[in-house]
Amino acid sequence: MQVNRRQFFKLCAGGMAGSTIATLGLLPEKAMADVRSYKLMRASETRNTCPYCSVGCGILMYSLGDGAKNAKSEIFHIEGDPDHPVNRGALCPKGAGLVDFIHSPNRLKYPEVREAGSNEWKRLSWDEAFTRIAKHVKQDRDANFIEKNADGVTVNRWLSTGFLAASASSNEAGWLTHKFTRSLGMLAVDNQARV
Amino acid sequence: MTNHWVDIKNANLIVVMGGNAAEAHPVGFRWAIEAKTRNKAKLLVIDPRFTRTASVADFYAPIRTGTDITLLSGVIRYLLETGKYNKEYTLAYTNAALLVHPDFSFEDGLFSGYDADKRKYDKSTWAYQLDEKGMAKRDDTLSDPRCVINLLKQHVSRYTADVVANICGTPKEAFQAICEHLAETSAPDKTTSFLYALGWTQHSIGAQNIRTMAMIQLLLGNMGMAGGGINALRGHSNIQGLTDLGLLTTNLPGYMTMPSEKEPTLDSYLTKYTSKPLADGQMNYWQNYPKFFVSFMKSMWGDKATADNNWGYDLLPKWDKGYDVLQYFELMHQGKVNGYFCQGFNPVASFPNKNKIVESLSRLKFLVIMDPLTTETSTFWQNHGEQNDVKTADIKTEVFRLPTTCFAEEDGSIVNSGRWLQWHWKGAEGPGQALTDPQILAGIFLKLKAMYAKDGGTFPDAINSLSWAYGDPHEPKPEELAKELNGKALADLPDPKNPGQFLAKKGELLPGFALLQADGSTASGCWIFAGSWTQAGNQMARRDNSDPSGLGNTLGWAWAWPANRRILYNRASCKPDGTPWDKKRTLIKWNGEKWVGVDVPDFKADEPPGSAMGPFIMQAEGLGRLFALDKMAEGPFPEHYEPFETPLGTNPLHPKVISNPAARLFKGDKEQLGQHQQFPYAATTYRLTEHFHYWTKHARLNAIMQPEQFVEIGEELAREKGIAHGDLVKVSSKRGYIKAKAVVTKRIKALKVNGQLVHHVGVPIHWGFEGLTKKGFIANTLTPFVGDANTQTPEFKSFLVNVEKA
Repeated sequence: MQVNRRQFFKLCAGGMAGSTIATLGLLPEKAMADVRSYKLMRASETRNTCPYCSVGCGILMYSLGDGAKNAKSEIFHIEGDPDHPVNRGALCPKGAGLVDFIHSPNRLKYPEVREAGSNEWKRLSWDEAFTRIAKHVKQDRDANFIEKNADGVTVNRWLSTGFLAASASSNEAGWLTHKFTRSLGMLAVDNQARV
Repeated sequence: MTNHWVDIKNANLIVVMGGNAAEAHPVGFRWAIEAKTRNKAKLLVIDPRFTRTASVADFYAPIRTGTDITLLSGVIRYLLETGKYNKEYTLAYTNAALLVHPDFSFEDGLFSGYDADKRKYDKSTWAYQLDEKGMAKRDDTLSDPRCVINLLKQHVSRYTADVVANICGTPKEAFQAICEHLAETSAPDKTTSFLYALGWTQHSIGAQNIRTMAMIQLLLGNMGMAGGGINALRGHSNIQGLTDLGLLTTNLPGYMTMPSEKEPTLDSYLTKYTSKPLADGQMNYWQNYPKFFVSFMKSMWGDKATADNNWGYDLLPKWDKGYDVLQYFELMHQGKVNGYFCQGFNPVASFPNKNKIVESLSRLKFLVIMDPLTTETSTFWQNHGEQNDVKTADIKTEVFRLPTTCFAEEDGSIVNSGRWLQWHWKGAEGPGQALTDPQILAGIFLKLKAMYAKDGGTFPDAINSLSWAYGDPHEPKPEELAKELNGKALADLPDPKNPGQFLAKKGELLPGFALLQADGSTASGCWIFAGSWTQAGNQMARRDNSDPSGLGNTLGWAWAWPANRRILYNRASCKPDGTPWDKKRTLIKWNGEKWVGVDVPDFKADEPPGSAMGPFIMQAEGLGRLFALDKMAEGPFPEHYEPFETPLGTNPLHPKVISNPAARLFKGDKEQLGQHQQFPYAATTYRLTEHFHYWTKHARLNAIMQPEQFVEIGEELAREKGIAHGDLVKVSSKRGYIKAKAVVTKRIKALKVNGQLVHHVGVPIHWGFEGLTKKGFIANTLTPFVGDANTQTPEFKSFLVNVEKA
């Protein structure tokens, strides 16, 4: 049987109330008072993996919001997953600060552009961003794409734009990155494993 | 890793060298402590600094940065000369007995075939002697002087204890103790686990550092054993996965190679990469290359990949040379690059010679940043005084900064260093208008595709042919992409053993790569991931942590590539006759019909013990290679070469060949290498336990724990330079300078090397001009723009600096 953190608290809370009441010799039909319940009891628990080093520690993320359409969930606590065979509930000083990464004031929130020579960021919509980037890509690709090399061999490569792939993005994003870059003919594709 | 984190507990000896697991991988390191407490294992640490890993070690030895090959070659010499290695294993499972080409030689620091002008080798003599059938010749009596092991003995004979002490600065007694500890684990029931990380890779000789250790593991009989293996701790959380997926310039998914212009046709390409056997009766698994490649092409191009168009062979780009990041930033610096995408990557901080990186980015037309955080790369055009002194108005690069979600805000899988694919779940929405990486890539791609459809343009064929069968084309879902990586049957796959039966029906997800076909009837984005999401569901999401054998192979937890196997080469955990080297570590056994066990057997399931088949099934001769053939750039045996910036100014073994003769050095960067007369101290960069690279400076808790940049210097050097603990110092290399607080420490001691005293300077990397910490300098302002000859990984761990009071 799997008992998650919330169920565990519920069982403990129930056990404690029952035994205390039994000690007092009272067996009321209903509780007369209520203490503030643990915030974790109302939290949603989500399993994830620490994004820092490659030990791959399992983590449990606790968020408020019950998944309803009109409720915005917010992660307020992260701890090690005690069932995980590698970290068995532990996190290191890096992972202990994970919730502060999620809520860092330096998280980016909007697409922005810094124009040539400018000293400031300017917001733009996603559609504008995609359009402007796609125009750059097309212009450079159309101008510099190499269909055949000097010996007449079909090479279909595009060398004047490159792509530095992430180090912590998921495999699924990585696969789409592969499809994206190679279908454009890019060879300057590397990831953090290089360094 | 060939093994995995929990398996470290099975080791009898743990050697941490080229890494500092206690601080950089603290939770994984608990398994080293577990080995100490439960298995009475000994922990050895060999490092220029007395690290926190050293503080809990049974034995610590200092070493000069960049000299690991010397020390490890000395160990090989000791093992071979004293006969303290696993002879039965070495003879049966390595290429020790195979005969090497008569013209192969080594003299004065160079192997046969060197071309000084090209700084490259002609490797034609780095080969076996072949018989008339093209199979490698062997002499099991080991009496032929051309046997690999005899050439190896000769090669390492120079690495005496005196030479080791003279080059490494490691005291002779300490070196002797290291040799003896390692030799003990040549016993069949003892194993060593080496834990290493960037302290070995980030050198101009990085790949050979690792190879030298791997050779020791073969000689000790530790490959394939529980508690043994080669265990790269690795850096980022999914660096393993993104490498598995071929996101490197000349790679394809599953360690296939991107075609080059030297393979103009599909046939020429498949002929080159489909492995031909070098010994009879071998599994030679790369003979299946065409099945993996054609299945990959079916995933890429879908119905547009057909037998008639060679599965879309012309749609893939063909390379002329590798465009690794050093090569590409060199081209950018020359003004030959117009656009660049940085996805969750901060090259201004992460790449060597930061000033060159900033100059290079300044010559782009456009730069696209996809990141959850503010990075120095996204703001490279801002003037931050001494820390980034640029003229903003002169920089004409258009910079787009696109906010992405982070790990907590998406579903997906990442691969840890033990090759476990672990699925994770979204816990909250991203901030503001942040989108996932697939949404952003889809957004740009679909815009571009529409522009080509409307206006035409150069070679739209590959763009138009790319398979994009997602429910919502603007938002490919992680489940869809994961299933695409696993692969599926595109037709009913008949079972050759049972006529009328099928191994998989059309449309079904494949249970593993054994079903892949070269005729277009299967698709799989990454063959080694086949089996991760099957008809039985998402195997990466499994959470059964039971460990019936007690060896830690939790086969029901997540899913490991390949085939959910937890210890690679585990056939080598048994003798050729099938009995385990150590009964307590029985991983697999022969049950009379097939191999079974507490791990997934890494062998042909029905190949009985005693056959000719070797345990290293990916190799053409089935053997572990003490002689690397032509697979390495600078030689089939490891050799000591000095860092490109050496505090000695010479190589005591061969003064005419000082540094790696096959390493690439660009013009301009050569001129930016410092000499020991001006920059006398050996510097090395490293990480602190409170921080992760350049991310955690944005997380408040971590920023509080380590708020301010510092460098570490030893007490002797501090005295010499009149520097007190807490003084502000200027550390400079030929390429630039940083200023930081001095931590004067007993942890770094001056070493006596080649008749001189060498001081080390320690440079933690975690600061920059962005973040919640105090602002600092980019440590990589100091580091040289030269990389390993095989991997082009920069030499961050060994360079020269000067230190003075600021």
